[in-house]
Amino acid sequence: MSPIFYLLAAITVAGGLATVLLKNLVHCALAVTIAFLGLALLFLSLDAQFAGFVQILVYIGAVAILVVFAILLTREAEVPESSPAGRVFSKTWLTGLVIAAAVFAMLGWAVLQSAQALPNETAMPAVSVRDIGNALVGRYVLPLEIVALLLTAATIGAVIVAMHEKEAK
Amino acid sequence: MTPLAAYLMVAALLFAIGLAGALTRRNAILVLIGIELMLNAANLNLIAFWRYGPHPELLTGMMFAIFSIAVAAAEAAVGLGLVISIYRHARTTDLEQMNRMKG
Repeated sequence: MSPIFYLLAAITVAGGLATVLLKNLVHCALAVTIAFLGLALLFLSLDAQFAGFVQILVYIGAVAILVVFAILLTREAEVPESSPAGRVFSKTWLTGLVIAAAVFAMLGWAVLQSAQALPNETAMPAVSVRDIGNALVGRYVLPLEIVALLLTAATIGAVIVAMHEKEAK
Repeated sequence: MTPLAAYLMVAALLFAIGLAGALTRRNAILVLIGIELMLNAANLNLIAFWRYGPHPELLTGMMFAIFSIAVAAAEAAVGLGLVISIYRHARTTDLEQMNRMKG
């Protein structure tokens, strides 16, 4: 493995860890953006240029901004850490930590056990964005239409859910 | 360790971190971010298998990852809309205080 892979993996994992551990919500949003960027660079290192740039556009350009907006709109809800209600982690954090560690141990064990059987094609895939576009409107046109419908429904649904309801009372 | 196994280990670690965040944090927005991290770890698996598996020209793993990104974006929009809506009613984003569904 090249040193670039280790650097990108370290950036991604550090961003994820900082997201989970930091106390300030805005710092968490910044850390998760770094994790998303590390993932996009990992996609690029896997010769998946289209997926890498889609990751940057969708996650850093849209999801991270949405998260920042949601954090700033719900800013008043934060209570000082000194009070008992101001704790960052829930009462059952130890259970969650044990479950996550067990899941990682099982996944890692499965990967290490099957390391010999994993495919290892070294040839770089010769796939251009034109091929991806052709596949999207050819073989995968039905999923594409369903995703279009889903995104429309999600946009309308998010607006309706977050809309201010004055006539309710 | 083969390259594919290394990428799978990174994805497993990221998935576990996202799961820990989703299970231990009290803020609803942080739980959503944890779920996004888990989805991203799955995407990394899909792309890694596409790159190192046979027949990358069929684009199966790549398409799976692209559709998964689209679905995750829709999920984030609706989820954050729900958090803001609940905040307007209950004045909190704390999951331990969100214990009734009546408005």
